[in-house]
Amino acid sequence: MGWTEKVLRVNLTAGTCVTEPLNMQWANDYLGQRGLASKYLIEEIDPKVDPMSPENKMIVATGPLTGTAAPTSGRWSVITKGALTGAIACSNSGGFFGAELKNAGWDMIIFEGRAASPVHLSINNETAELLDASELWGKSVWETQDKIRETKGDSFVRVAAIGAAGENGVMFAAIVNDKDRAAGRSGVGAGMGSKNLKAISVRGTLGTKVADPRAFMKAVNAANKILKENAVTGEGLPTYGTQVLMNVINESGALPTHNSADIQFDGASKIGGEAMTEPRASDGKANLVSNAACFGCPISCARVSQMDPEHFSIKGRQQYKEKSGGLEYEAAWALGASCGVDDLEALTFCNFICNEHGMDPISLGSTVAAAMELYKIGAIGDNITGGMSLRFGSAEDLVAICEATGKGEGFGAEIGLGSKRLCEKYGHPELSMTVKGQEFPAYDPRGIQGMGLTYATSNRGACHLRSYTVSSEILGIPEKTDPMATEGKAGLVMAFQDATAAVDSSGTCVFTTFALTLDDIAPEISAATGGDWTTERLVEVGERIWNMERQFNLDAGFTGKDDTLPKRLLKDAAKTGPSAGAVNRLDEMLPEYYQLRGWTTDGVPTDETTGRLGL
Amino acid sequence: MKIGLKLYASLSKYLPANAERNEAALIVDDDATVGAVLGKLGAPPENCHLVLINGAYVAPSERDDHKLNDGDVLAAWPPVAGG
Repeated sequence: MGWTEKVLRVNLTAGTCVTEPLNMQWANDYLGQRGLASKYLIEEIDPKVDPMSPENKMIVATGPLTGTAAPTSGRWSVITKGALTGAIACSNSGGFFGAELKNAGWDMIIFEGRAASPVHLSINNETAELLDASELWGKSVWETQDKIRETKGDSFVRVAAIGAAGENGVMFAAIVNDKDRAAGRSGVGAGMGSKNLKAISVRGTLGTKVADPRAFMKAVNAANKILKENAVTGEGLPTYGTQVLMNVINESGALPTHNSADIQFDGASKIGGEAMTEPRASDGKANLVSNAACFGCPISCARVSQMDPEHFSIKGRQQYKEKSGGLEYEAAWALGASCGVDDLEALTFCNFICNEHGMDPISLGSTVAAAMELYKIGAIGDNITGGMSLRFGSAEDLVAICEATGKGEGFGAEIGLGSKRLCEKYGHPELSMTVKGQEFPAYDPRGIQGMGLTYATSNRGACHLRSYTVSSEILGIPEKTDPMATEGKAGLVMAFQDATAAVDSSGTCVFTTFALTLDDIAPEISAATGGDWTTERLVEVGERIWNMERQFNLDAGFTGKDDTLPKRLLKDAAKTGPSAGAVNRLDEMLPEYYQLRGWTTDGVPTDETTGRLGL
Repeated sequence: MKIGLKLYASLSKYLPANAERNEAALIVDDDATVGAVLGKLGAPPENCHLVLINGAYVAPSERDDHKLNDGDVLAAWPPVAGG
């Protein structure tokens, strides 16, 4: 119960779909989704495998709460060795695809090998088959979903697909489901493309059973009440979405700007959540049309936007004039502040492009920002860009390069390398704002010290969603800590990492934790699975997952020396705002973090630690 | 003296009439405190979750004593989060 206890193993080389029982011992130790699928991956692949080779595997996984009545139960993840990073990748998405997969009777799908020609995995409850996808190859994410639904004659089929970016090996290609929800980070879409897997479609009508329905609904009702009454999950996120952060982070002096040369952006107020609700001068309409919810979500933080039809980026192009997934904070920052662009409509267009062609907007925006700096200092010129200018602050340049990247055209193909490879290629690795090859998101560690440790130690490369200490350091949730202090941050980061790993393995959304604690989530899992899940057990599972992911990365060739930040953040002081004069003091936090983790001074889990966790 | 005022999200309704895009210039008493300014605008203290002066956080317990200086920028938000 909770789990369907069924795994679908798809061998793309042989063209077979086989049903296997879920390893329940592992389910008890790793819960589901991120933790459980990572366990499967680590048991089944060589950590040194080329991420783009047939020997890499890709697992699509749900959690025990996915598809149930638990709030935010639409979550699912893609676990693989990341094309962008070479580290373990786990990209989490929402929408409706994951719940549909679970309700078709599957805990996870393990893809192995490589198809000889493009295929599409079609699932209808227990029936799974590989279909020829020659006609879908080359089509956008949006066209692919429409075509599959049309062919099946069923508008309720849920589709997760890659676009041109995944087909062309863009290193930060995403897998997009329901047209605008994405397993975005670490290049999971590139891995899917390397397997010649264009899409997964699923129709599931079996439902997800829970062990104790009465106890389950009691726990669910209690959680829903907390989420509804909480100011963040009940009002702030539904009204303004994640974009409410743009002005907060800018005012706090932690908004990476101009490829992190600056820490505050003059145009922030033009591209944030409040700006999305303002009537446009051109047509009197607001960019934001409404909010939207993923499966089973009472928060509804997603944005639905409709662009100014006369904006230069979409004039005469009908497909961009419809309502579609709007800007989230990370996308608005990466495409906006990082590139110095304050044209909200242009950023919305580039976000649409990311959904249409399947790209991670964080890595895209950060890579374009790095290219703009390379262009500014003359490391690349018009002879290399094919005549495309890449000026900080130019909406026209941003729009052109984002579209070229999505389509794999011209210099866009080089942007598709990602920031690290691009900056190395043109002789300036120091301009890449990455950790372990992944572009960092919208919080500058010079102004939020704990986020420096978060990025440096994140198992999937720089990421905010592995330990969102911004919540405490800036937003005061659950308690305010000083963003400029390093004392206590090692413990704070570790606590966030372990709790988040557990939530990411449950099938629910980490955004619930702005209101819920593990004390609220554990009863949902217990009632759904019939097990005895407590906060303490979930934290232990989280710690086990974290150490397991760490061990995989070490076996893949990473070392403690990779737990660092771009030199700009460690050496170049912030110029303005409350953090002016500050750098990130990672060296004050990392040794304590290793110690708290039970790792050696080189960052390797000790035998005592792995033994205690049963690894 | 003159300060900059920035109120965001649901607090924006307490902005004075001269505000543009969540920001306004405000003339306040020379010994005005953070708490007094927000109170005069009608912003309920319990909704002023995050209060920054020139980007630096001022805790609820300090707001009634924290005196403003000419040119300070006071920014406030209700409880918000994202990611």
